[in-house]
Amino acid sequence: MIGRYLLRFGALGYLGVVLLAPVALIFWRTFEHGWHPFWAAISNPDAVHALKLTLEVTLIAVPLNTVFGILCGLAIVRHRLPAMGLVNALVDLPLALSPVVVGLALILVYGPGGWLHGLPFKVLFSFPAILLATMFVSLPFVVREVVPVLREIGTDQEEAAATLGASSFATFRRITLPAIRWAVAYGVVLTMARSLGEFGAVSVVSGNVVGHTQTLTLYVQDAYANQFNETGAYSASVLLALLAIATLLLMTMFRPKEETRGDRGA
Amino acid sequence: MKGAGGGWAHFWDAASNPEAVAALKLTLWLSAGVVAINALSGTAIAWVLVRDRFAGKGLVNALIDLPFALPTIVASLTLLALYSPRSEIGKHVAYTRIGLLLALLFVTLPFVVRTVQPVLLELDREMEEAAASLGAGRLAIFRRVVFPNLLPAVLSGVALAFARAIGEFGAVVLISGNRPFKTEVASLYIFGRVNTDPAGAAALSVELLVISLAVLLSIGGIRRWATRHDR
Amino acid sequence: MAIEARNVSKRFGDFVALDDVSVEVESGSLTALLGPSGSGKSTLLRVIAGLEQPDTGAVFISGKEATVLAPQKRGVGFVFQHYAPFKHMTVWENVAFGLKIRRRPKAEIRARVDQLLDLVQLAGLGKRYPAQLSGGQRQRMALARALAPEPEVLLLDEPFGALDARVRAELREWLRRLHDEVHVTTVFVTHDQEEALELADRIVVMNRGRVEQIAPPRELYDHPENAFVMSFVGPVNRLGDAWVRPHDVELRLEPNGSTQEAQIERIVRLGFETRVELVRDDGERLSAQLSRDEADELELEPGQIVYVRATRQRTFSA
Repeated sequence: MIGRYLLRFGALGYLGVVLLAPVALIFWRTFEHGWHPFWAAISNPDAVHALKLTLEVTLIAVPLNTVFGILCGLAIVRHRLPAMGLVNALVDLPLALSPVVVGLALILVYGPGGWLHGLPFKVLFSFPAILLATMFVSLPFVVREVVPVLREIGTDQEEAAATLGASSFATFRRITLPAIRWAVAYGVVLTMARSLGEFGAVSVVSGNVVGHTQTLTLYVQDAYANQFNETGAYSASVLLALLAIATLLLMTMFRPKEETRGDRGA
Repeated sequence: MKGAGGGWAHFWDAASNPEAVAALKLTLWLSAGVVAINALSGTAIAWVLVRDRFAGKGLVNALIDLPFALPTIVASLTLLALYSPRSEIGKHVAYTRIGLLLALLFVTLPFVVRTVQPVLLELDREMEEAAASLGAGRLAIFRRVVFPNLLPAVLSGVALAFARAIGEFGAVVLISGNRPFKTEVASLYIFGRVNTDPAGAAALSVELLVISLAVLLSIGGIRRWATRHDR
Repeated sequence: MAIEARNVSKRFGDFVALDDVSVEVESGSLTALLGPSGSGKSTLLRVIAGLEQPDTGAVFISGKEATVLAPQKRGVGFVFQHYAPFKHMTVWENVAFGLKIRRRPKAEIRARVDQLLDLVQLAGLGKRYPAQLSGGQRQRMALARALAPEPEVLLLDEPFGALDARVRAELREWLRRLHDEVHVTTVFVTHDQEEALELADRIVVMNRGRVEQIAPPRELYDHPENAFVMSFVGPVNRLGDAWVRPHDVELRLEPNGSTQEAQIERIVRLGFETRVELVRDDGERLSAQLSRDEADELELEPGQIVYVRATRQRTFSA
């Protein structure tokens, strides 16, 4: 009995110190003088532009990665192509790779002397590089959620649809997609969280020009470290944290439930 | 990767720069610490979330994912707010290795919890009851029945945490202070040299890349080993 | 012929699932593919449905070559072993699926689905989800779903495999009646010889990817072509070179010219029948099946010595 309480309070205490205290403190710091400074800080044109850029990148990266993730998941699970084992391993690479290394790789590929140097439009230190970096780091999430669910539902339902006359597209739309929809939704939320919050890779390739190529996370760092604008940094952080908390709520809603998983034949 | 662009000798020169070696060493030590602490705390938290009952458990469960959702730069700023000289709690670990460790623990917290939790949920309670009926005490049940079943999940969780810790940038960028040989980790070293010394940055990047690949492969290996009873 | 498989072979890696199999199924018949696991029976069914492609050989459905035809175009209904219910659709939507795909008019779909749900005794459960049904109900839903597009042939893979013994027996009888009503050519896979003997007009016995014998149930039981069929369709004893069914073993209290001596090891009374397990002096075991009256008359006791004789036996050339 004592062991149980010890474990409970040990675990919760650890969470409190490592996780909760810092996040709570930043909210307090931001709002210790009321709403007004917060509002003033985030309606600063540079902050507004940074937020807009972040949202634009997210709105492009998330749908593209979602479509890619579903197709890639289908290719890995349903089609036994020889290279798919390798693809399956490589898809996880962005999770294990330092974002700074991702950024550097983009610079080496698109920069002077790189394989893709000299494209007709500017890539590095402008929007395309920010988008590429964001897409790279948020690539694995949909795939990783979709693959186990596709494995688990098996091919029975798809075969049944085929014997009932459904074309492959009809089977995908009416059978496969509904079966993986929660996994896709969860993957999309994770992709979104990562896209909104990406910092390392973007900071290497964006050029970080205020009002042009500065995303909201870059704005936070710039405001704190270079402009000594603590209120601005805290306020933007709180904005990002609120987005994160909204994401968290969505994650909790979409997280694969134990009852819906593993109910083969039940 | 172009790290070896100038041949091996060139790569070796860049990679054996004492500052780079120090940064890599510090990164690996910190990541090892992250692994050790997460293995314990992550398993304990997962255990409490699955086996214990208390008010607000659902909320705590949702909070676990906060580090995944919260942008790392925000995490960095929050830690700085808490541990900087201005802080209310008066602990000044900012710009020290302890600060780095805390930042890494923050961002890697969910990995072990989220890999161990489902395994623990699915773990057949009858196995433990069977062990109890065979005379095993609580410690023996944990050590001989529960732990061997959790081990693969713990290992793949800490492997993910390790991979994240060696590459982490956003969460440490503000709190590290970036003092060479003291608090400069690999990602900061690379970032600092992207423009001034691309070869040096690329060399350390290649080292990180190799380590990341090794971690990925070992996770695959752990998964195969973990399912060896099911095939 | 409703279905014809001609010289079909199929390998999975090193494993030969079907080895030059030829089977014909008559229109309107109820045919069983019977065999142990790994005998290729399910693979043959999946080849007929177009869910597997044969390596060599041809498949004809209603006289038309169908070997490379997609499953969508074959006009077959398929009931999967675990029913493959569409979990995100209600029972009604599951049954309607094949009709919606064919873009039938709404009124027609409604009428047909309601009629089928009636037929499979699921009327009133249309709004439920598959997870809310019992095993037997889910099985009947799968059957209605397969029948909805009016297939020319109905294929069932181990249709009763996942059910408990009582539901199984009920459904078996019900399927037989349904077949007599609907008259669609039906092929089902089973490893249970009793199921095959009870349900089918004709039985295809398979073993290790080959067809061992094709015959009506009674002929199969009485005139098996080889030792495998003999031992697979019912219990058997070996008496020297001969194969004898337990009900063809006669027990006597006194020896006569053609009897062999054996000791009673155990007596099992199963309602009407009594099974006597014996050990011969050379160590061979055999069992005899008697009616209760016969057994009572002999007043058998475990440990007693009796004399056995085969009233009917078969020998097969190796």
